[in-house]
Amino acid sequence: MTTATLSRWDRFRDSFFWYSFKRDKVAIASFLVLMLMVFAAVFAPLLAPTDPYDLTQIDIMNSELPPVGLSGSDAAFPLGTDAQGRDLLSTILYGTRVSLMIGFGAVVLQAALGILFGLLAGYLGGRVDAILMRIADVQLSFSTLMVAIIVGAVVKATFGSLMFGEIAIYMLIFIIGVSEWPQIARTVRASVLAEKKKEYVDAAKVMGFGTPRIMFRHILPNTLSPIFVIATVQIANAIISEAALSFLGLGMPETQPSLGSLIKSGFDYIQSGSWWITLIPGLVLVVLVLVINLLGDWLRDVMNPRLYKG
Amino acid sequence: MLAFLVQRISQALLVMFVISVIAFSIQDNLGDPLQEMVGMSVSEEEREKLRDELGLNDPFVVQYLRFAGNALQGDLGNSYFYGKPTVDVILENLPATLELVIGATLIIVLFSVPIGVYAAIRPQAWLSKFFMGVSTVGISIPVFLTAIVLIQLFSIGVTVTLFPEDTGWGSWLNGALSTNGGLPSYGRGDELTHLFGTWESGFFSQDGLLHLLLPAISLASIMLPLFIRLIRAEMMEVLQSDYIRYARAKGLAAPRINFLHALKNTMLPVITVGGVQIGIMVAYTILTETVFQWPGVGLMFLEAITRSDIPLIVAYLMVVGLIFVITNTLVDLIYGLVNPTVKLTGKKA
Repeated sequence: MTTATLSRWDRFRDSFFWYSFKRDKVAIASFLVLMLMVFAAVFAPLLAPTDPYDLTQIDIMNSELPPVGLSGSDAAFPLGTDAQGRDLLSTILYGTRVSLMIGFGAVVLQAALGILFGLLAGYLGGRVDAILMRIADVQLSFSTLMVAIIVGAVVKATFGSLMFGEIAIYMLIFIIGVSEWPQIARTVRASVLAEKKKEYVDAAKVMGFGTPRIMFRHILPNTLSPIFVIATVQIANAIISEAALSFLGLGMPETQPSLGSLIKSGFDYIQSGSWWITLIPGLVLVVLVLVINLLGDWLRDVMNPRLYKG
Repeated sequence: MLAFLVQRISQALLVMFVISVIAFSIQDNLGDPLQEMVGMSVSEEEREKLRDELGLNDPFVVQYLRFAGNALQGDLGNSYFYGKPTVDVILENLPATLELVIGATLIIVLFSVPIGVYAAIRPQAWLSKFFMGVSTVGISIPVFLTAIVLIQLFSIGVTVTLFPEDTGWGSWLNGALSTNGGLPSYGRGDELTHLFGTWESGFFSQDGLLHLLLPAISLASIMLPLFIRLIRAEMMEVLQSDYIRYARAKGLAAPRINFLHALKNTMLPVITVGGVQIGIMVAYTILTETVFQWPGVGLMFLEAITRSDIPLIVAYLMVVGLIFVITNTLVDLIYGLVNPTVKLTGKKA
């Protein structure tokens, strides 16, 4: 068993993947920043000075304190406080956690939908393909954000604001996952179309394997690398979509803020000069999305042999 | 061509039908017109009688046909909040959104074409690399954040006191990094010119244009990086084609080759892609209008959601759906006219 894991590790260290990662400074820096943010988000309850969900730790007298370095700041609140007197560093740590959770969750959901529909469309072809891809086309022509806003509006009107606030995190995963599946479905379909002409598929058919087995056990593993690339970029998109929905008031409530709802609640106070409440979470959001996008770019260059050679 | 035309138009009608079914089922499930019409004191029997009279107990299909029939005549019901036809409310707010989109489109065209062409002609120049880097960062910045930063910089203003004020270079740096602000960041201003119908235009006064400036830049910022990349990629491909090489061999001047021969063929795909993108811009107008309190349809839609004004939500969906379907169909048709190979693939599908 140890030899097997050892050889796998050696194989990884010899791989082109690791080789090109080591040589790409942007990829290394993005990866480190992303890992740092994920780490901080996962361990937010341990790292954060205060718990923004705990009302007993909040003092309204501390509201709108500026970050350290500006006049009137308090050393207990390194990034200042928001309008309710919550420590901004703590809310940002917890907010990153919520944003990342929704981002990953939404991508898992859209990958499940996208892989299923993409495989069906690509492998079965014919009418199934036509119908599924037409739906995807129409949905994409409306732009994923528009679909998400509409679905969000309908869901919110159905449940009412109060109920929506309680289940917002699951609702957002559902809304973003459902509105963005066509991106992944298209990618999967394209690679399935290329794969199904290959001989190993014919071999599997001749051996008498069923359609589901060929689709999921034989073709799917060979389409994983483009799925991996697009899923990375989709995490960034999902985080932006979540922020946009929260900014519009269709997302996370202020009591359980994500980065988007932090930006929204801070925006109301920007005219009174408290720029940090909205701009610091905004900066964190941009850095998070940027490093994921840069990693996605790098992954696409590494995993797409066509682009790599060209 | 005729088959292509018929196919695209029937597809557009089908999409519109699906949109109307979705819109109607939203109205059917969420809105209870009785709640709006009668108070709490009306008994359950009377309500039931009213439901029968209004046809609310009819089967779904009958109700849908009535809805679709009214919609075809331009009647999408009355807004709960405004108490007048939803179509009128939308028509009052539409000009503001259109002017925002026109302003943003002008900015996109004015900046993306020169930058994209420059980046394609000199891909190794540091300025090109700078523009491409900025556009990568630009894609990662959500439109509402761009808007907030713009408001902070140019509407509220920034006073930098980072450097020591008593030294010459310190106060110079502080002054250079500070901004004055003062640009309007709220609404469209008072000096609007009446054009026709419900169209009040801000294009004809300095005040109106100033109010348009920040929202239009914010809306443009989300599309600009996309267009710069697109124009650059298309232009680089065109520059490698045979006829450009021939033009070079013939000894034509570089500006003539780049701007007359190459740019013409670059812009074709860009215009068609651009048509679709402008439809997508509608989604971003909701965000931009919220930040700037711009009195357009996006802000109206968002307010309708918070007020649970179901008929207005449904009407917005129908109107925006119609705009999307029309632009997409037109873009398809224009592309089919310009590039005849599309028709072959269209027939197969």
